[in-house]
Parts: sequence; structure tokens; C-alpha cells
Amino acid sequence: MPLLHEIGFVLNGSPIRLSVPVTMTVLEMLRGPLNLTGTKYGCGEGECGACTVLVDGLSLNACILLAVECDGREITSIEGLAADPAAAGLRRAFVEAGAVQCGFCTPGMVVQGKYLLDTRPGADRAAIARGLEGNLCRCTGYRKVVDAIERAGTTPAEVADD
Amino acid sequence: MTDSQTTQQTLIGQRIPKQDAPEKVNGRARYVHDINLPGQLVGKILRSGRLHARILAIDVSAARALPGVHAVITAADVPTQTIGVTRDNPPLKGDKVRCERDEIAAVAAETEELADAALALITVEYEDLPLLLDAAAAREAEAPLIHDDKPGNIALQFDYEHGDVVQGETESDVVIEDRFGLHYVTHACMGVSGVIADFDDLTGNLTLYSNTQVPFLHKREFAEVLELDPNRIRIIQPTIGGGFGSKLDIYPFEPICVYLARAAGRPVKLVFSRAEEFLASPTRQPARVLLRSGCRDDGRLTFRKVDMLLDNGGYTSWGATTPMVMMQTFSSLYRVPHCLYHSTAAYTNNPYAGSFRGYGNLQATFAVEAHMDKLADAIGMDPLEFRLLNAQEAGEVSGQGMHFRSCGFKDCLRTAADRSDYRARRQQNIEQRNTGPVQRGVGMASMLHVGGGAKIYPSDGCGTILKLDDFGHVTILTGASEIGQGSETVLSQLVCEELGLPLTSVTVVNNDTDITPWDVGVHASRTTFIAGNAAVGAARLAKEKILKAAAAATGQPMQELDLRSGGIVQRQDGSTLMTLDKLLRSMHFQDKADLVITNYYYEPPSVHQDDQHKGDVSAAYAWACQVVEVEVDSDTGVVRLLKCTAAHDVGRVINRLGIEGQIEGGIVMGQGYALAEDLMIRAGHCLNPGFRDYKLITAPEVPELDLSFIETMDGEGPRGAKGVGEAPAICVAAAVANAIENATGVRIYQLPFTPENVYRALHAAAHDPPV
Repeated sequence: MPLLHEIGFVLNGSPIRLSVPVTMTVLEMLRGPLNLTGTKYGCGEGECGACTVLVDGLSLNACILLAVECDGREITSIEGLAADPAAAGLRRAFVEAGAVQCGFCTPGMVVQGKYLLDTRPGADRAAIARGLEGNLCRCTGYRKVVDAIERAGTTPAEVADD
Repeated sequence: MTDSQTTQQTLIGQRIPKQDAPEKVNGRARYVHDINLPGQLVGKILRSGRLHARILAIDVSAARALPGVHAVITAADVPTQTIGVTRDNPPLKGDKVRCERDEIAAVAAETEELADAALALITVEYEDLPLLLDAAAAREAEAPLIHDDKPGNIALQFDYEHGDVVQGETESDVVIEDRFGLHYVTHACMGVSGVIADFDDLTGNLTLYSNTQVPFLHKREFAEVLELDPNRIRIIQPTIGGGFGSKLDIYPFEPICVYLARAAGRPVKLVFSRAEEFLASPTRQPARVLLRSGCRDDGRLTFRKVDMLLDNGGYTSWGATTPMVMMQTFSSLYRVPHCLYHSTAAYTNNPYAGSFRGYGNLQATFAVEAHMDKLADAIGMDPLEFRLLNAQEAGEVSGQGMHFRSCGFKDCLRTAADRSDYRARRQQNIEQRNTGPVQRGVGMASMLHVGGGAKIYPSDGCGTILKLDDFGHVTILTGASEIGQGSETVLSQLVCEELGLPLTSVTVVNNDTDITPWDVGVHASRTTFIAGNAAVGAARLAKEKILKAAAAATGQPMQELDLRSGGIVQRQDGSTLMTLDKLLRSMHFQDKADLVITNYYYEPPSVHQDDQHKGDVSAAYAWACQVVEVEVDSDTGVVRLLKCTAAHDVGRVINRLGIEGQIEGGIVMGQGYALAEDLMIRAGHCLNPGFRDYKLITAPEVPELDLSFIETMDGEGPRGAKGVGEAPAICVAAAVANAIENATGVRIYQLPFTPENVYRALHAAAHDPPV
């Protein structure tokens, strides 16, 4: 049994205290003890982006981030964005732009989209595409994912929040 | 879009968001990975790692003794049944192993760590056997046998012929012959493979949470391999993280998971790691193609002779039947008076191939379309003119017996050529060759694929049940499976269009064999066409019943009534007579409320091909032409895909948003096949089982896309539509090969066009050894 370590962090706006094995990744913690299955395992080596989460506003691959590294930090998973009125425009843009097929990469794409909108407001299509380079999708061909993030970035906030 | 807006106008051809997109966007869709049953154990498989060896002994005693391990099984513990299209694959191998991924033993334990620990305690003694790592070597007379009962290491052979190629050759002014090589790629679905087996020993019922693309036919195969009554098997498909043909077969991990659940008396979940997904999933067939073609000076094709050797790997999956599709492209994409086709799939100790979007057509099209360009060049004809001259037209019956009732092929050719300025650019590129290290090229390729189902099984049908509740809500129970392609949205559109309902008034149930009607699965680009026709048929039956009741309720003649905007209206002026929910409520309280359910089974008017592989196998055929523009850097070998202009005969657009997604995603998958993806199998071992070294196309590499939909309004298709799921992936690699030739003057016959391969090919052609 690996060594346990108690950590405290804010997850989707709520404080959490938890004892985790020191070898546990954030992905395993979210999907295991915290029972949040929106964050996906796609590769386990930080290559596909299906597990993308925000940690203190940075987009990171939860599969190669140890849970103990999150002590005192703030984590936002797709479940947090699903409940965030400020992300309503982004969520709706993904639906309306046709950016979703099998949907397995979608939570990671939405989180990465939020990161791009937050950090690169007004990014053009090429910049959005570069920002999605770490998120693999096998279904859509990416064009409609770029459409969605571009659309969300140009939708006025008052419309996005309705 | 509000409900009233959606019902005022037709739903057909609109941009309709995918119905399950909101739950996927919010992270709420439940894939098999996300489901956990009470008491569930973790299942894991021990694989051989050896390529070809006799199993002398397996010792599982230490694994069995480990606390927390509830089942350890080997071939000795399970029925001796086999899976696969020729039943040559025992889920657990007892006597010998034939490829790297072979399953030796499996465990079910309380945790993943315990399962891993148990696997590590299993010891296996092997006696290595001689290796066969190449399909040609496997066919040599003295080659050892991979399966003792398969002489010559032949897995499957297909022969096809129309006309007389010897005569065709004598009629030719130009004859060319080339060898083409097609490589290994794999589906790399974003959701890894997984299954949950829940075996109830009180009732004998088995519930499988499965990603299968073929739930009903797999019930039968599961019943055989598990020695179970098929009536005891229920397959539930949770949301599926990608299919692309990879889930057309039962693979060993699925029966193994059931064996574990049965042995442990607990539900077992078995999910692959990504590395395991690369090692133990099917691949697209690697192929060697010898193609000989001829034409006359006036541009008419004379004959085509094909010899293909496919590397089958250690076992035979449905993928070994892809020559049935390949031969269609050789025989029928263009009018060829004489055609002879032979293919052999040979057993080797390499990974075994499966079915993959396009089902062999990418490989066949790669060879055919290279020869279309080469023959055109040989007689000095423009390649577009050459294709137009030989292209099929509506009404024709091909030498293979395929009847092209609707055919927009020539429109596809002209549209793609015009919109890409193909002719002028091609000429310009030829003139600018050798003016610098970076050259541009354009290339054209076309394709033919089934678009109205494919009669491979005794039936190619699908059933639909419509349940109309007393609030005007419709539940569509369909046999069609959803793997991300958007079938649930298309079926909803078709039903709502018939019943004059908004899309918010329907729910689709499509994932439970205990509930949904029968179907032969999601493959062959068949769902919109087949399940769509079944849905339309059911909706028309429902409409007739509703209007009959409405006529009785309103006292108006039935033929003057219609369903629009959620109500019963006057056909002429559209004025509402009563709302549908009110009428339905009144009908529900009558003593014969049979309106609650209508069901309809659609069987397409296609036929089984005969033993010569002739016959009209599909009720409709899809056509396309794609023109790509590339930039080739001869200093680095890097080929960039700049633009793809695609014109597809889709019959009719049902959901514009959905069909764009299918075509865009298919083109990018084809781009990966052409330029990036390469499952590196060396000496039988996979060298790159991960996304770090198996390169998928990423967002910045996606080319400019120009899509045109040629609407030929197929007479048999639902609202005129044909299937398009596979079509867009098929011609990209062929078009890229032609574009590289246009840019550099060098024809490359071996995929993939990765920088190293292109660099070497360009330098070899220039007699300039690579640095």
C-alpha cells in the first residue's frame, strides 16, 4: 500500500480535504474517490488532452499530474464548467457548431477552450487551432471545434449568460 | 431555434445540433469506463509477448492464492469455442500463441493493483516456433503453418472476373503495371476498448455493457463461444467513444470478461490501457497490390488485372473480407470491360487486421487512382477528361452487377475540379517543377462505396418502433447503433418531418437489445439509409393512424388533413383543427389504443452477390471526387496538405451540420492515413503503442476544406439520402499521391508519406542518395 498524504484544495468552487496515495494522479483522484467521471482517460501519458483540467487557471493534463501536487490549489474540471454560468456560451457553442461526435474528447476540448478564451481573448482561428494541438479528436476533424471556440469568443457575454 | 420555427419549415437539410451533444459537452455522457456496478471486480489479461510459440505449461497457483483475487482463468478453465469470421481464434490460447497480443490467462481482482500483481505471479513455459513475419514468406512452399489446419497459410481468398483480361490487353494501346504498398494503421478511438460483464447465476442472465457496433449479431456469437442460451444475453451499449469499424468483431477480451464474471460470481469490468489498445486492437489491412491496367489512345479503359496479398496476421477477423469491397472499386468505379481480381489473405505472426472505415476501399482506391493519372498521362489526356470519359452514369449496371440507379459521379468530378481550379493549377505546377525545394501539387481521386446498406448477411434490415404518448411525445426505438455519427438526430428529423413535430418532442432509444428491434449493426455506411427508411416507414404508419382518428374526431375527410406544428391541420390552408396531444389523449382512452405503438421493418431491395461476387449488393451507391493541394519540401520530405476540395454524392443532405462533421472528420482521418499515421510493426512487434509515437493529425494541421454536396435524390433513400459515413476517408491518400507526383514528378507507390519516406523516395528518384 503506497504512502498516504492528506491534501486540501478547492474543486469546482468547493473545499475538499482528502487522503490520497502519493502515487495517485489527479485523473485517478477525480474519477475514483471523487466520482467525477467527466474527465476522461485517453492515453495516460499527457498526449491526448482528454483529461484536461484547469489548475489555478492553467490547463494541465490530469493524467500526469500527481494529486499531492494540488495541495492548496484550485482545480476546475468539466463538472465545474458545466455549472459555471460564465461558460454557458462556450458550452452552447460546442453544441451548435457541431463540435461533438462520439464526445469522448469533448470535455477536455471544452476545458481547453475555456483556457484559450480566458488567456487569449480574441485569438484568431489559427491561434485557436494551435491552442488545441494537445487535444486529439478522432471524429470531427477539428474544424467545428475551432468554430465553437471562435464563436464563443465572439458571442457577447450578456447573450452567453442567458 | 424555437419549436415553432422548427416545425414551420422542413427539418430536412437544416443544421441540427446533435441531440446528445449537451450531455457530452457537460461531461455527463456515461461511457463504459464511467460505469461501475455494485461488487464489480477489475479484469486483466496476461498476453504472450511471444510471436509464435507452443505453450508447454501455465502455472497460476500463486496468482490464485493471492488474497483479493477472485478468479484466475486459462484455456483449461473455459469452453473450447473459438471466435472470428472463420472461428480460428480461441479467446484464451491453450496450445500455442500466434502473435504478440495473444491472451494466455486472465484475472479478476478487487483492485487494479491486485490484478497486476496476480498477472505477475503467473508463469508460462513456451517452446518458440519459427516466425512468419511477412505475407509473401508465409505463402512459400516450405513455410511453417500458423494454423495446422490452414494449408499454405491461407486465411481467405477472393476471386472475381468479368470479361476477358487477355482480350482486354490485346485491345489496349497502353498497358501499365505497378506494385503498391499499403501500411498498418489503427483506429485509435479516443475511448479505449472496454466491457462490463454482469452474470447473474440465479437466473442465468448475462448483461454486457459493450461498445459493440453489432449488438444483435454479437448476441449469437457470444452465445456460441460462451455456450449460453442467446435468449439469456442482453447487450447494453453505453455511449461509445468512437468505432470506425473497430467494434465489428468480437475480440477475445469480451468473452474473457464474461468467463471471469462467471468464475468470480461478481460483475467484472475489463478496460484496456492505451498501450494495450494499440497492441490488441485491430488494424487496417496492410496490402501489396500488383495492378495492371490498360486503355486505348482515345481514352477508353480496356482492362484491369489485380493481384493482392493481404497480411492477415495470426487470426481472421471480418477485416479479411474487405476484398469484397476492394473488388468493387477495381471492377465498377469506372467502366472497365475486362477485370480480373485475385486476393489472398495470408496468416503471419503479425498483429491481426480488422475492419476499418472504408473497408479496404482506401487501399484499392490508392492503386486505381494512381493508374487513372498514369494512363491519362501516357496518352496525353487531361486526367479529369480521362475520368469523365470512363465514369459511371445513372442507370448503368456495372460488370459486377451493381445497378447505379442514382449516380452523381460526373457532377462530383466537375464540381471538385472547378472549385479547386484543378486543370489550371495542375498545369502551372508542372511548369514550375524543379524551381526550388518547395513545390506545390494538386491531385484528384474519386471513389465508389455502398450507400444503401450492403447485403452481407441474410438480411440487411432494421426495425423501428414508435411509441406515442398521450402528451404528444414520441419515443423512437431503433435497432440502429450510435457511435458518434449522429444517427439519433437524423432519425429524429425523419420522424418529426413525417409527424409535423418539433425535435423536442422525440426521444431516441437505441442501445439495449432487450428493448430495441433487430438490426445488423452500424457498418457499411448503412444507418441513415436503412434505419432512416425504417423510421420513415414507422412514422408513415403512425401518421395514417393519427389522421384516421383525426378524421373521425373532426368529421373531415382524412385526405384533407395533415400533421404540422404539433397539430392536426387542414392540408390546404394549414389552419389548426386540434393539437396532436389532445387527439392522442382521446385515442389512449379508447378501448383499442393501438396507436401507442407502430412498428416497421425495412429491408432494402438489394441482393446477395452470387458465388462469382456478382449482384446488386446495395440499394444505392455513394460517389465522390476529392482534389487536394499539397506543398512538398524536397529538402525535408515534409508534405503539407493545404486544401481539400471534396464533392460528394450524398443523395440528399438530411442534417447539414452532421454531414459536414462526417465529411470533415473523414477527410482528416484520410489525411492521417496518407501523411502521419504509421503503426510500426517490426519483426512482429509494435514499436509505437502510444500517441507519443503514433502520430494523429492535430488541429493546426487540418487543411482548408471546401465541401460540396451533390444531391441526386436517390429514389430508395429516406427523403433521397444515401450513406456517407465511410466515403470521405477513402480518396485522400490516393489524391495526395497524385498531388505529390504533380509537384515533384515522382510517383511514390508506398504509404505513408511521412517525411522520411518521401525524402528517401524523392532522392532515390533523383539518383541522389539520401544524406
